[in-house]
Amino acid sequence: MNVIVCVKQIPDPALPGALDSSSNTLKRDGKLILDESDSYGVEMALQLVTAAGGGEVSLVSMAPNGEVSGLRTALAMGAAKAILVSDPALKGSDALTTAKVLAAAVQRLGGADLIIGATESSDGYTGTVPEQIAEILGLPSVTFAKKVTIDGSTMHIERQTEQGYDEVTSPLPALISVTAGVVEPRYPSFKGIMAAKSKPLETVTAADLGITPVGWDGAGQTIVNVSQAEARKAGEVIEDDGETFTKVVSYLENLKLI
Amino acid sequence: MLGELSEEHEAFRAVVRDFAASEIEPHAAAWDRDHHFPVDTVLAMGDLGLFGLIFPEEYGGAGADFTSLCVAIEEIGRVDQSMGITLSAGVGLGANPIHHFGSDEQKQRWLPEMITGRALGAFGLTEPDGGSDAGATKTKARLDETTGKWVIDGNKSFITNSGTAITSVITVTARTDSGISCFLVPSGTPGLTVEPAYHKLGWHASDTHGLSLNDCRIDTDQLLGTPGDGFRNFLQILDDGRIAISALALGCARACLDAAVDYANERTAFGSTISRYQGVSFQLADLAVAVENARNLTYKAAWLKDNGRPFKQAAAMAKLYSTETAVDATRIATQIFGGAGFIEETPIVRFYRDAKVLEIGEGTSEIQRMVIARCLGLAL
Repeated sequence: MNVIVCVKQIPDPALPGALDSSSNTLKRDGKLILDESDSYGVEMALQLVTAAGGGEVSLVSMAPNGEVSGLRTALAMGAAKAILVSDPALKGSDALTTAKVLAAAVQRLGGADLIIGATESSDGYTGTVPEQIAEILGLPSVTFAKKVTIDGSTMHIERQTEQGYDEVTSPLPALISVTAGVVEPRYPSFKGIMAAKSKPLETVTAADLGITPVGWDGAGQTIVNVSQAEARKAGEVIEDDGETFTKVVSYLENLKLI
Repeated sequence: MLGELSEEHEAFRAVVRDFAASEIEPHAAAWDRDHHFPVDTVLAMGDLGLFGLIFPEEYGGAGADFTSLCVAIEEIGRVDQSMGITLSAGVGLGANPIHHFGSDEQKQRWLPEMITGRALGAFGLTEPDGGSDAGATKTKARLDETTGKWVIDGNKSFITNSGTAITSVITVTARTDSGISCFLVPSGTPGLTVEPAYHKLGWHASDTHGLSLNDCRIDTDQLLGTPGDGFRNFLQILDDGRIAISALALGCARACLDAAVDYANERTAFGSTISRYQGVSFQLADLAVAVENARNLTYKAAWLKDNGRPFKQAAAMAKLYSTETAVDATRIATQIFGGAGFIEETPIVRFYRDAKVLEIGEGTSEIQRMVIARCLGLAL
C-alpha cells in the first residue's frame, strides 16, 4: 500500500511571526519546520503502511523558498521519498493554486492508494486544500478522519463530528484529511535522521509540473487589509455582599447554561 | 570542527529537546521531590534510541558518534540533571565497559538490552576508602579452584543505576593476584547486597546505592577483559565519561543562564526590570561567555574522540571547566532570582542542588587538574 502525505513547512510557531506589509501575508523567508498538524498524517501513513505489510510513504510539499528541513523531519520519521515544488513564482499562491500544484506533484509520483492531508495548516488555516486536491484528481474525499482502517480496496473511517463521529466507508484510492491528536507522532531516531540525508528528495518548479500561472498571478484572491483582532473586553466584576451566588445563578440562567 | 555541529546533530538536538520538553520537564520537580526514579521515562528514552546511540548496529545501536550522545545528554540535562546522569552513566559506565572490553558472549548477553534501554548497567569503582585514589581498591576477588568460581568480597560506594528495577549487571573492580580486574556481577547474585538509596544533596531522581559483596560467587566467564588490566581499562572509560559529564554540566549551565535572562527581563525593582542594572546584566554577560567556552570545550573533546585523536587532556579540561561553570551558573541564577531562587517552586533550586556533584563525580576537579598537569609534562 502506497500513501502520499501532503506536508507543509511553516515558520516555527514558537518564534514571533511577522507580516509582509506589502502583501499582507506571513513572512516565510527564514527557516521553516514541519507543520505539527502534518506530523499526524505522516504518522498515520506510516502506521497504515506497516499494517498493510508493505508499500511506502511519500511526501509532497510546496514552498516558495527551497527549504527542506521540514521534509527531512518527515523523512527521518520514516517516509521514503519527497517532492518539493519550490519556485519564487509560487509566492502569493492561494489555496486553489496550492491544490493544483500538489495534485500535479501527486501525479508525478504516479498517484497512491491513499492521499493524506491535515485538516488545515497552522499558518494559513484555509482548511480547503485537501478537498480541492481530491476534486482535481477525481478522488473521493473524507474530511476530519480520526481513525482509519484499510480492508483490501476499501477504507473504513471514523469521521469526527461535533456530536461524535460518523462511520464512513470509501473505496480506494481516496483522500482523507486527518485531525490533530489522532495518533502519537513518533520521534525521529538518530538513525532515521542520518538515513533521511540520503533519501530521494526531488525539487521541481511549478512550470516543471505544467502549472501556470501561480503565485499572485494565479490567485483568485487579494488580501486587501489585515487588522488587529479586537481586544477581549473586561469581564463583569461582582463584589461579594453575601448574596453574590444569586447573581452568579441568574447570570448562568441568562446564558441558558442552567 | 568549526564551532558548529552538523545539520543532522542539530536536527537530532531538536528531537531530544522536544522529547525532554514533553516527557521529562513537566515531571522533573515531582520526581525530585519524591526521590522517584521514573522507570517508564527511562524506557521511553530507550525507545528514542538514546542509550544505543554510540554502539554498533549489530547490537541494536545507531552506530552514531560520541558528539550525538553529548547532544542528547546536554538536552536532557537542560531540563533534568537526574535523567541526564541516568543516561550518561547508563551508556558510559553501564554499557561502555562491556562494549570495550567484553567477550563476544558477554556482549551478546548484556548489550542488546542495555542499548535499547530495557536494562541498565552500573560500574562499581568507588569504595568507602577509595574514590579519587581508585588504585587503592580493597575489594578482593579470588578464584576458588574447587568450584571454579570467582569469589568477591568488598564494598562499593555511590554506584549510579545500581539498584533500579531494570538494573541487569554491575561491573565491579576488584584486586586479584594479577592486579586490579573487572568482573560482571549480575543483579540478584547471592552475596551482592544493594544497600538502601542514599539521601543526597541533589540528583534525587537518579538511582545511587552502596554495594556490599560478601562471598559473592560468579562464573569465570564473567571476568571482564584481561586479568590485571582493570585499572587501565577504567581510566579509559572515565576519559569518555568526562566528556559526557561536561555535556551534562553544559545543560545545567544553559538552563540557569536561560532562566536567569528571562527572569531578569520580567522582574522589576526600583522602577525598571532588573535587567537594566549592570550588577545583573554583567553577571549574565560573563556567564554567557563561560557557557560558550564550556560548549566549545565539550564539543572539541567529543570531536577529538570521534576523529581518533588523543583527547585525555581535552576531556579533563572540558569536565573541569564545564562543571565549575555549572556551579557558578546555579549560584548566579539563584542570586538573580533572589528569594524566588530559594524555594522549590522554581527549577533553579533543583539545579543548585544538582550542580555540586558535577565537580565531584567521575573525577573531581582536583583530579582533572592533576590529569591536565600531567599532560603538560609537569613532574607530579
